[in-house]
Amino acid sequence: MEAFDSFWAVYSNLVLTLGTNSLLALSIYLTLSCGMLAMANAAFMGIGAYTAALLTMNAGMPFPVALAGGMAAPAVVALLIGGPTLRLSGVYLAMATLAFGEVVRIFILNTEDWTGGALGLNGIPPQTEWWHVLLALALACVVLALLRRSKVGRAFEAIKLDETAAGLMGIDVNAHKMLAFVLGAMLAGLAGALNAHLTFFIGPNEYGFDRGVEILTMTILGGINGLMGPISGAVILTLLPELLRGLADFRNVVNGLILVGIVLFLPRGLWDPARVRALLGRKG
Amino acid sequence: MLKLQSVSRHFGGLKVLQDVSFEVPQGGIFGLIGPNGAGKTTVVNLITGLLPPTSGDILFNGESLVGRKPHRITTGGVARTFQNIRVFKEMTLLENVIVGMHGRLGYGAAGLLLRLPSFRAAERAARDRARELLSWMKLDHKADDIADNLSYGEQRKLELARALATEPKLLLLDEPVAGMNSTEKTELMAEIRNIQARGYTIFMIEHDMRFVMGLCEHIAVLNFGRIIAQGGPDAVRNDPQVIEAYLGRDDDEAAAA
Amino acid sequence: MLEQQLFNALSLGSVYALFALGFTLVFGVLGVVNLSHGAVFMVGAYAALQAVTRLNLPLAGALVVAFAVSGVLGLLIDLLVLRPLRARNAPHLIPMIATIGLAIALNSLAQGLFGAENLRFPAEVLPQQTLNVAGLHVTVLELGIIVLSFGLMAVLLLVLRGTQLGRALRAIAESPKAAALLGINVGGLFMLTSFFAAGLGGVAGVLIGLYSNALFPLMGQPILHKGIAVIILGGMGDIRGAMLAGLFLGFAEVLSVAYIGSTMRDAVGFGLLFAVLLLRPKGLFGTTNERKV
Repeated sequence: MEAFDSFWAVYSNLVLTLGTNSLLALSIYLTLSCGMLAMANAAFMGIGAYTAALLTMNAGMPFPVALAGGMAAPAVVALLIGGPTLRLSGVYLAMATLAFGEVVRIFILNTEDWTGGALGLNGIPPQTEWWHVLLALALACVVLALLRRSKVGRAFEAIKLDETAAGLMGIDVNAHKMLAFVLGAMLAGLAGALNAHLTFFIGPNEYGFDRGVEILTMTILGGINGLMGPISGAVILTLLPELLRGLADFRNVVNGLILVGIVLFLPRGLWDPARVRALLGRKG
Repeated sequence: MLKLQSVSRHFGGLKVLQDVSFEVPQGGIFGLIGPNGAGKTTVVNLITGLLPPTSGDILFNGESLVGRKPHRITTGGVARTFQNIRVFKEMTLLENVIVGMHGRLGYGAAGLLLRLPSFRAAERAARDRARELLSWMKLDHKADDIADNLSYGEQRKLELARALATEPKLLLLDEPVAGMNSTEKTELMAEIRNIQARGYTIFMIEHDMRFVMGLCEHIAVLNFGRIIAQGGPDAVRNDPQVIEAYLGRDDDEAAAA
Repeated sequence: MLEQQLFNALSLGSVYALFALGFTLVFGVLGVVNLSHGAVFMVGAYAALQAVTRLNLPLAGALVVAFAVSGVLGLLIDLLVLRPLRARNAPHLIPMIATIGLAIALNSLAQGLFGAENLRFPAEVLPQQTLNVAGLHVTVLELGIIVLSFGLMAVLLLVLRGTQLGRALRAIAESPKAAALLGINVGGLFMLTSFFAAGLGGVAGVLIGLYSNALFPLMGQPILHKGIAVIILGGMGDIRGAMLAGLFLGFAEVLSVAYIGSTMRDAVGFGLLFAVLLLRPKGLFGTTNERKV
């Protein structure tokens, strides 16, 4: 047990971050599975983080309430901007959501009285236990799996493949896109809230473009062919910087090149049941 | 069942459809024909709500469809197939057809998340019905194949099965025999009569005259966005304006007519 | 006071326009949202700095170096990354994601090689004089930026509207397949466009580096975000729209600093973008081009 204790003392943060990153990857996977590249999830993470942190720090709320707030706030924002934003397609949507992320970041920077502005929030009570993260991740996986094997999951897939045809099959395309968007926002917010109570400190720059790209990379790396894809991508990209620590600044060079490499050579991501089947089939 | 009243559609200065009126009676097979570019696909896009008419009204069983979103028109009983086939290529045949049933699956979030018996029963019924439709189209042996692997003719049949899955009252077929050889066309003709026999109303747009003449009981002819003739096959076939519209073009359809 | 800000706004806006031009050119012709344009911008600035400090070139020479280095970088990106993706007929989002990866790699490379601190052009290189234009004090630097930016944009417009090359590019923007059938060397023109657009971006980088007197590895990122705002405001793929919107943003930013305060400056672009997307998704200056079923 001693060995485990010392391992845990050093690596607990890392393991828990694996969990929150997995949640984040799942949140982008959700919108991607509906054919939308919405890059706002980093911003939603930030909204969730700040809301939860302010609830525990300033309002003295118990942790579960803070978590609920951390999910509700991004959901409300998503509902508000979803209407006009989700009308956009493909590239426009990606850019509009990127822009939204920047707006949030600048908003945080300029509301110092609440959010501490550029200096961020310090001294967030360390409330996150390993079982919070595990429970959150497990619940998320269960809900997403249930959705996938139902008319909602099929509708998402249909919308991803051919939006117009999907609409003509009786699927309310806008409502489903909004559902994916809002659920994704909630997941990202939950991850943010958990993460905030893990790291004692949050600042506006943690939820900007870089974070958004990081989450996207995890999901693309793992592939969007199933729930294990984003999770495996998150695991790899969370552990990789630890392994690459020696490279210091050049670490991100590797990250960036990995992204390019995946896009060029493994377009369906690492976790691709079809490719595995094909490989095994040939061997058999 | 379906009535277009003085429907017009303009794109900027371009008048694609002008004052189009016709009525599709219940239970019959109705054909809208016309040379390429006459505006036939626009008519279908207007009916299914993908475009709004610039003026005029479209009535389905007495209720106006104008302004309704496409998915509500579908759940209201109007289904369509596409000229350039739009099956969901990465899904299996079975999944394609089950998607068509989306509007008819009555369970809600609770049933879905808690896997209530109502959910399970509905899903099971959907799979059974999907297999039934596929076997009607003689595709059930390929139910678990990916749709992209089908031949052109098979994909057309899949589209039909999927459209039927939405439980429509009116089936809109957009150039159903485009790209088919004569054997396939004859097969499809029988298939469509079969569908009609089961109580569906069929409205098709085509420019293959022989196919339409052999199948449709009522025909309207569209040329340059206007209806130039309406009636039974014989009346339309012998209408001088129709003959001029087709012979005046360099179509092999004119030779076939 | 307002007139004094005019030149400020004009020079800032003209650089934004120049940056957006390169960005929009690639989008219009290659159909790709190239999010590495910001990194290319940064590379141009750093290349110019090296040219001045190590090769002792004058500013003009440094600008040429920046154009060339960024241009070659853009060309390589097209050859090594964008072309294989085109051959595979990848959906639009995929190349965009690849360019994100390239941007990260390039930005981090710069940080690793040059450090994260702000670097400056040596004072001797910067033109220091001020002129009196219509009663206003204008630095030669600002004037130079304005002249150069507008000059390059004018050349680009001329090429696009008035030459065979320009017509070929516009044909490709409409439909690469149709253009190929007409005998246009589509692949070659893709390479040329990538080179030229990146070159323009590199020059813009030098100009901003001079204007704000600061070079840092992530300098391309805020510009990239504003560039995104600009090309959406201007209508994506619309060259004139991009230019107008770039100028418009420059003015909006300078005016907001003058009247609201500098903290919200960066938010102006995005606030505008959001408002425009809500009200007029095709952009302020763009033309509608609906695609029908």
